[in-house]
Amino acid sequence: MELATLLQTALNALYASSYMALVAVGLVLIFGVMRIVNFAHGELYMLGAFTVYAVAVEWQGPFLLGVALAVVLVAAVGLVMERGLFRPMRTNPLGGLILSIGVLLILQALAVERFGIRAKDLPPVIDGGITFGTGVQLAWERVLVIVVSAAVLVLLYLFLRYTRIGWALRACAQDAEAAQLQGISINRTAQIAVGLGAALAGIAGALMAMNVPIEPYMGHSIIVAAFIVIIVGGIGSLEGAVVAAGLYAFVDTFVTTYTDGTVADIVGLLLMLLVLVVKPTGLFGTRERA
Amino acid sequence: MATVAGSLERQAAGRGLSLVAAAGWIALAAGLLALPHLLSISQREVAVMLLVNVLLVASYRLITLTGEWSLGHVVTMGVGAYGSALLASLAGFPVVLAMLGGALIAGFVAWLLSFPLFRMKGFYFLIGSFAAAEVIRLCWKKFTVPFGGPKGLSQVPELPPLDLGALTGWLSLQLGEPGAGGHSGAYFLGLLPVHEDLVIRFSKPLFTANYYYFCLLVVAVSLWLLWRIERSRIGMTFHAIHWQDSLAASVGVNTRGYRTLALVVGSVFAGLAGALMAHGVGSVAPGRFDVTQMVYVLIWVIVGGTATFAGPIVGVVVLTVLNEVVLRELGIDALRPAVYGAILIVSVLFLPQGLEGLWRGRRNRPAKRRST
Repeated sequence: MELATLLQTALNALYASSYMALVAVGLVLIFGVMRIVNFAHGELYMLGAFTVYAVAVEWQGPFLLGVALAVVLVAAVGLVMERGLFRPMRTNPLGGLILSIGVLLILQALAVERFGIRAKDLPPVIDGGITFGTGVQLAWERVLVIVVSAAVLVLLYLFLRYTRIGWALRACAQDAEAAQLQGISINRTAQIAVGLGAALAGIAGALMAMNVPIEPYMGHSIIVAAFIVIIVGGIGSLEGAVVAAGLYAFVDTFVTTYTDGTVADIVGLLLMLLVLVVKPTGLFGTRERA
Repeated sequence: MATVAGSLERQAAGRGLSLVAAAGWIALAAGLLALPHLLSISQREVAVMLLVNVLLVASYRLITLTGEWSLGHVVTMGVGAYGSALLASLAGFPVVLAMLGGALIAGFVAWLLSFPLFRMKGFYFLIGSFAAAEVIRLCWKKFTVPFGGPKGLSQVPELPPLDLGALTGWLSLQLGEPGAGGHSGAYFLGLLPVHEDLVIRFSKPLFTANYYYFCLLVVAVSLWLLWRIERSRIGMTFHAIHWQDSLAASVGVNTRGYRTLALVVGSVFAGLAGALMAHGVGSVAPGRFDVTQMVYVLIWVIVGGTATFAGPIVGVVVLTVLNEVVLRELGIDALRPAVYGAILIVSVLFLPQGLEGLWRGRRNRPAKRRST
């Protein structure tokens, strides 16, 4: 194993872990307050990517406008899902999960109808990249994904830690009933959590539009990865999701580089099964109260 | 007390309706027997797949009886399909035996998987069963020997022709023609087209009509068995575990054992459905058993309603007919999944008992399913 290959793979893994963390953290935010696992999360990511494509390519607008619009649009879809679907299902998590499968099918079909199934590429947003020593390089477009993801996650941490709304969110995630007794509005908090979670998927999709082909089924692989990440990290744990995203991205990238993608998928799924069997609460999770 | 009164009432109503019910069953049987003669060739293939899917959802319901929702059922069906195809083509088993073998392999794999999976419940079981199933499916994709890789297996052996020569004498009576040796256009028992030499062929030109009858027989017998299982003491125990698992355990029911039993039996029938599909279509590929297919099974079952035996079957029949008749006519191919998604959402929000709950009415509605 050459050192250059090793370094290059490590950089690729860092990049993969950054956007995976965004998607997984969004999923965990929604789960924390609603106790619903949003199967349509990958499609929110896809919607973010297509929004950027529509703005940047179809309307010839600036890339950043596309990103901003993606965040707003995807967050709006999240709010509609919360109000129309998740709220009536608050006592029935399996019902919420099944409803989100319905949303997944609708968003996918609409994307096929509007954009077709052919994969689309964005013209280069920034050219070039950083080169480290011999042959190890990282495109600026990937650097941007890493930097923005890290910044967003830090901002989210500060928000949850130091603002009243952030406290309310964490309180609801810990114990919704007790939070309600303290005068915290569950509905409002749920709106914020789902809106934020969806917005994170939207940002991730918008950023990744630079780096991956944009197609209606792009949400599938990311949602499977995100499930592996939230299970390994401990469902409901934000720190766990970030750490597990790093762990999974490294395993996945290295196995893909040294064998092939199918083997990497199998290894990832086996990793999740192992955690489910040995320690269902994950690396950072706490036991669910009955 | 209310439930006892309700069930007595239903029984009484059942006796009163028995003539109507019998007439209904006869009409249903006649309709099912006449069906292939009313359909085009491609519609017959849809009818065969519908029979396969009816068995698939009915077997899925047996598993959901104990309260666990698996995302691996379609892959279990695939295990039966691959197992049966390989037994027939590599090991040279006669096709009917290979089908039974495939079903048993599916049950065996489910038994093996029950050890890790039944350490989980609810969402964890759902996601764990997805992971385990996806690993199996990716292995089919990864290993070209013996699974054929991404393209899968083609030229899965067909059912061999059934030679009725030995039955000629008896058959001539049935056909109402003396010396039924050499006339074309005869129908066995008035239904199955029989060749000049009195052989029922299942190969392509006649595949769909005769294979349809074969599937109809297998599925009917399987449904009857599944129905008997659900009505037996074992089936009652499944219900008990779903509603009150700690109570059931406290009176000495081995809940884990019964959950495993439900999973294995359901998987055997799913495997049989897969075997019927493999030898009918003539090929098996990993793409046929991906999570999208599983989503459709969930939609059929949920839209139909899981509270009764008939619910999932109603769901798959109604949605397949809707898909083939209405949506195909409208010509909105790309939007078809969206229609399914909308139907799913509407039925979860507004019809929590499923379609089947519509005509069961308010009075007989069972207690609300405990949310998990």
